[in-house]
Amino acid sequence: MKIAVIAAQGDVEEHVVAANKALKKLGIEGKAFATIDKEEVAKSDAIILPGGESTTISKLIHKSSVAEEIKKAAREGKPVMGTCAGSILLAKHGDEEVRKTKTKLLELMDIWVKRNAFGRQRESFQIKLDIKGIGDFEAVFIRAPAILKVSSNVDILAKLDDYIVACQQDNILALSFHPELTDDTRIHEYFIKMAK
Amino acid sequence: MDLEKLRFGTELIKRGFAKMQKGGVIMDVTNAEQAKIAEEAGAVAVMALHRVPADIRASGGVARMADPKKIEEIMDAVTIPVMAKCRIGHIIEAKALEALGVDMVDESEVLTPADTFFHINKKKFIVPFVCGARSLGEACRRIWEGAAMIRTKGEAGTGNVVEAVKHMRLMNFAIEKVKKMDDTELNEVALSYALPYKRLAESVSNEGIKLKDDDLIYEEYTFEDIVKGLYEVLQEVKKMGRLPVVNFAAGGIATPADAAFMMHLGADGVFVGSGIFKSSNPPEYARAIVEATENWRDASIVAKVSKGLGEAMKGQEIEKLAEQLQTRGL
Repeated sequence: MKIAVIAAQGDVEEHVVAANKALKKLGIEGKAFATIDKEEVAKSDAIILPGGESTTISKLIHKSSVAEEIKKAAREGKPVMGTCAGSILLAKHGDEEVRKTKTKLLELMDIWVKRNAFGRQRESFQIKLDIKGIGDFEAVFIRAPAILKVSSNVDILAKLDDYIVACQQDNILALSFHPELTDDTRIHEYFIKMAK
Repeated sequence: MDLEKLRFGTELIKRGFAKMQKGGVIMDVTNAEQAKIAEEAGAVAVMALHRVPADIRASGGVARMADPKKIEEIMDAVTIPVMAKCRIGHIIEAKALEALGVDMVDESEVLTPADTFFHINKKKFIVPFVCGARSLGEACRRIWEGAAMIRTKGEAGTGNVVEAVKHMRLMNFAIEKVKKMDDTELNEVALSYALPYKRLAESVSNEGIKLKDDDLIYEEYTFEDIVKGLYEVLQEVKKMGRLPVVNFAAGGIATPADAAFMMHLGADGVFVGSGIFKSSNPPEYARAIVEATENWRDASIVAKVSKGLGEAMKGQEIEKLAEQLQTRGL
């Protein structure tokens, strides 16, 4: 199993490490690797869009047309996971900040996202979340976005008050937080199992 | 939201913020208009300044924290993180920047140092800090003090990358050595790295006041506490084979090729100061540096984005400088 972590900008290496650990734990032969190469992305079995700055990542993946490969893979049913900035890019509907910065989204999920929903860096936080299908999970939110609402075809996995912070639409997973920053690999394991 | 369950300003959150900047370019800006140009070009963050380093150098005098009104103006103009500089050791400037809601504070040698003995104890802040370092020793001290990001101390405002290259090479070589050390050797290095914290106490002792082992020589720490702390940072360096926090290149980066070169040397990302807004075509320069930083492995892309960019900022030779800013802060 080949897991491509899109290496445009952000915490790419952390996802590579977490996904490789998860593969090992599950006893699945495979490899997670950082790439921005169109062909490598096309040949992979699963794709991760890491955290970083959504404005920057969007520009870079559209410039190199790797964005088209991600969309194609998602339509083919390959698992795609976006964390933080990555979850913004997966959405069909952006907020005022997305519009103001003319950020191009991949438009793969029927979700409405809000950038910097919790505030600036000093408002960034960590909290124990109850995630459907996973259980208690220490989640790190960094200048995090939130999902304001979803269509009925989207499964809500975790909420924080009125904000949706984890959801899944078929083969696509969007998280407002950063599972790659902690040692807990259960979300990556969940993601890998989606490939089967 | 149940506020009691939320935790703010942990090491994980502060270091995590810095990790989100990886592979990106952080650009110096002096007004809202420049900040927007930077954001549109794909900057991951901007550094809000009163003047860019080249102008700070030219104007002389004491360089201080920027006017909070200016910083707020920039914060309102963009959606990406906004950083700002405080003087080395100036706890109150740092607190003021934190109160403003700045996303990261740069305790910077580009401004005139406020404290010749100590840097800020950054563990006491919720806002993450970035600090400059010329060597592994400086980097370890800043990390122990709580810095969430390290950057080279290349000569700011010169458009000359040579010093940033020097610092990155010094750091890389030292890390390679640390990787092979045993505990005794690491402890010796920690002891040597801790010496600059003694300077205040030693000045006092030179006047005739005797020192004791349990003297608190920096904040609430004895010399022994500091050695132990630095030893732990060195252990992390050894285990990870790199700095335990994000390490950016900064100072003198003027062209897309400079940025790609620093990435080649192992930088996690790049700060560009005067290089963009002192060039002949800032929007194009900014875009080109962003693309070269992401695609540093692909020389054909670096060549392509460098084509017809117009003039880079005028550079300066290090030997001809009246003052080297990098020597500020140990």
